[in-house]
Amino acid sequence: MDKEKKAYLEKQAVEVRKCIFRAIGAAGQGHIGGCLSVADLTTALYFHILNVDPENPRMEGRDRVVLSKGHAGPALYATLALKGYFPVEELDTLNQPHTNLPSHCDMTKTPGIDMTAGSLGQGLACAVGIAKAAKMCGGKEYIYAVIGDGESQEGSIWEASMAAAHYKLDNLIVFLDYNKLQIDGPVAEVMSLGDPAEKWKAFGFKVFEADGHNVEAIVDTVAEAKKEQDGRPVMIVLHTVKGKGVSFVEAAGVGNHSMPLSAEQVAAAVAELDGEVK
Amino acid sequence: MAEMRKVMCESIIEEMKKNDKIVVINSDLGKANGTLPIADVFPDRLFDAGVAEQNMAAVAAGMASYGMVPIINSFCAFATRRICDQAAISIAYAGQNVKIIGTDPGITAELNGGTHMTFEDIAVMRSIPNMVIMEPCDEAELRQMIAAMCEYEGPVYMRLYRKVTEPVHGEDYRFRMGKADVLKEGRDVSVICSGILVQEALAAEKELAAKGIDAEIINIHTIKPIDRKAIVDTARKTGVLVTAENHNILGGLRSAVAEVVTEESPVKIYPVGVNNLKGEVGKLAYLKEQFGLTAGAIVAAAEKAVAGK
Repeated sequence: MDKEKKAYLEKQAVEVRKCIFRAIGAAGQGHIGGCLSVADLTTALYFHILNVDPENPRMEGRDRVVLSKGHAGPALYATLALKGYFPVEELDTLNQPHTNLPSHCDMTKTPGIDMTAGSLGQGLACAVGIAKAAKMCGGKEYIYAVIGDGESQEGSIWEASMAAAHYKLDNLIVFLDYNKLQIDGPVAEVMSLGDPAEKWKAFGFKVFEADGHNVEAIVDTVAEAKKEQDGRPVMIVLHTVKGKGVSFVEAAGVGNHSMPLSAEQVAAAVAELDGEVK
Repeated sequence: MAEMRKVMCESIIEEMKKNDKIVVINSDLGKANGTLPIADVFPDRLFDAGVAEQNMAAVAAGMASYGMVPIINSFCAFATRRICDQAAISIAYAGQNVKIIGTDPGITAELNGGTHMTFEDIAVMRSIPNMVIMEPCDEAELRQMIAAMCEYEGPVYMRLYRKVTEPVHGEDYRFRMGKADVLKEGRDVSVICSGILVQEALAAEKELAAKGIDAEIINIHTIKPIDRKAIVDTARKTGVLVTAENHNILGGLRSAVAEVVTEESPVKIYPVGVNNLKGEVGKLAYLKEQFGLTAGAIVAAAEKAVAGK
């Protein structure tokens, strides 16, 4: 990746984070931690990796994204708005009456949302279904799913993983947002995942690990994963930090899963994020 | 007379010929549900999800979002109780066009016993917005129901007795989704029934006639959305209702009928059905007696109903 592209994506990631603060700030409270941990991923996807058209959100043959950890909806909305799916001002309606932007992703409401998700564990299975359908129809697109580490305690994640390998869905790329925190505490203490990379290898996935806050690393890993389609679905374990990019949210640690945000906090966050742009 | 599962399979194959988006997903019950012959005609459009019904349901939702029309199947217990959240969220809430077929409703689980005996599947599925619920009573109805189900755009749950069934309808029968069938007109009491209880109701009607009671028999094949007009019309005509269902009377057909008449034309309802009991193992004849799902029970309820008018 050339320097210019990298700088552009990094700047976009900052803009996405600022928009996340705008949305959750307008709502007054929200799932800020898990949104910030996937912001670099959604940026890399929508501003570099995906074949999508914001003018035609239901374009045939488009790559599809299922945000199985549906509570990070605001991160996706921020990215979609910046990509041009809908006006950035609409982010101010998050969770307001009649909004098209509910906490958790709803494909019947939001342009650009490919699958409803929020009841944890189901989105990955839906992504498996989309990938299976694409294979049956001879589609060449890729299906991307984003799952959480806490979410991976759901048995349905493992049913879906077993099926993805069995159906030989090498058009499916799954990202684990491995921020190692969940609502009640560290994942390792609440219900340990053990070694997720080894687990998905054992389930028949082609597994990669990358720094989830390095857009270049995300882009390169996806490119590497797509080099050869060998029948295996792909798991990319993204090492991330819950609340990444804004010091007071990061410092809140386990408390940042869902937290209130005052106007002052939003302003401070935006100032800090602007300071990061070189 | 054919087994209902065979009729289901033939009918699905007919629909698959018309619509190349239809796919069928088994959950290790392809043999029991009789869907394996689909592979002889469409080997690429039948596949197995293994013993993972929740995954099957969400996979189907994903496929539907891509434009496919997935038909998933299992026993009623696992096609409703087990997948409740997937049916509610990934299928119905997400507006996905998935067809769910459950077999062995209620006591017809027979020798699989109480663990497989769903007396709550209608209640579970009825409370999910946009979910259509259908239950055929014979072969003719089933054939047309499968066609209607595939043509309809939206989630459908069908509860199906999979074994041999006596014909109820004549050759000229025309199934209309959401429109109840008046199988026999009558003046004294209305018996509103579905599924295997339709046969019992027709037998009861003859016994009642011999006793001088003129019963109206109404087959509710579309349990949701229920034919409100047919229920109100018959309630106004006879003034008293008997409901007959192979399900818990809490949340099933009795409840659905009560919801209509209490709003529009209050009358007494005498329910025949499973009265808040757990399932148990046994053959169908034993279970019918054990749970009171017989023509005799319908006769008794109808006599009480007429006496109480």
